Amino acid sequence: MLSKILLIVISSIFINNVILSRFLGICPFIGVSKKLDTALGMGLSVSFVMTLATMICYLIQNLILAPLGIDFLQTLVFILVIASLVQMVEIILKKVSYTLYSSLGIYLPLITTNCAILGIAILAVSDPDYGFLESIVFSFSSSLGFILAILIFASLREKLESAPIARCFKNVPIAFITAGILALAFMGFSGLV
Amino acid sequence: MNNFTKGIFSQNPSLKLLLGFCPTLAVTTSAINGLGMGLCTLGVLICSNVVISAVARFIQDNVRIPCYIVIIASFVTTTDLLLQAFLPDLHKALGIFIPLIVVNCLILGRAEAYANRNSVLNSLVDALGMGLGFTLVLTGLGIVREFLGSWSFFGISLNISNPITIFILPAGGFLTLGFVVALVNFITLKRKA
Repeated sequence: MLSKILLIVISSIFINNVILSRFLGICPFIGVSKKLDTALGMGLSVSFVMTLATMICYLIQNLILAPLGIDFLQTLVFILVIASLVQMVEIILKKVSYTLYSSLGIYLPLITTNCAILGIAILAVSDPDYGFLESIVFSFSSSLGFILAILIFASLREKLESAPIARCFKNVPIAFITAGILALAFMGFSGLV
Repeated sequence: MNNFTKGIFSQNPSLKLLLGFCPTLAVTTSAINGLGMGLCTLGVLICSNVVISAVARFIQDNVRIPCYIVIIASFVTTTDLLLQAFLPDLHKALGIFIPLIVVNCLILGRAEAYANRNSVLNSLVDALGMGLGFTLVLTGLGIVREFLGSWSFFGISLNISNPITIFILPAGGFLTLGFVVALVNFITLKRKA
């Protein structure tokens, strides 16, 4: 049991990293990674929403949708759950830390359309090997993978700011190439499990 | 006419507006998959833009995002079921990225930025242009990555020499897109000068 959990943790942080190998959540990855502290804020809110969303989606799938035989409503129901969760996080963040709220700005409502969250929820629910506990571990460690990747990437981009780069490569193109090299580095983990 | 071509050239969703990266990177390992994904997105975008522009004035402003998401999710579910029935191979290849059309920022972005304040006809033209622009980029990336990564063209093997496998791996996706965006920037800068 314990080894299975450890396997899920390592494989979803390093080997099947949510951004660098599953290609989920690229928009915030490119959009909010210019500064290290906003990247951290984004990572934490994604992490919170992702774990909670997977938990709720798992329960809804197994207690409501599957017994009633209406699995085809999965996408629709899950995205509504996520949208309301994001709204909740937004309200809480506004009360708790206004600076973080204003620096995340437009990207906070965009967590709704962060495909990492819906994607991980669907992946966790549709995997027959995953029970409730495994799903939570899977989504939480995936979100740790998200934080790890976005933090490394943000610190690389802070350095890139001051590097001499050809004009046509400025900003987004060089960011993609950096991400490519980062993905290449993460491929080194693939023999780990 | 300008309304139509802007989606393909001056405001191309993938290359200029920088929306909808996740499917752009994830499914373009072959030209067929890129084309299939592009057409699915085009279909959903047309339906959602038309319906949203038609009903936008009946929707209260503060609940508009959830309403749009429900509309989009219904069309995505329809597409998902249709693909499963008629093109099961493509459905398998695109996998989780079909339900994830729901959270493609391109679709919600067009609803928010265009469809909710323009007429049905204009929204239809806008969706056609944007969707075609997206499809073109996805197919193009698919052709390049499939060619370099496995020396084949739309599944027809050309058998030239050893393939450069990195291009069909995740890292290659980031690198290819980085160079393509840089190329587009280069051309734009040249034309301005």
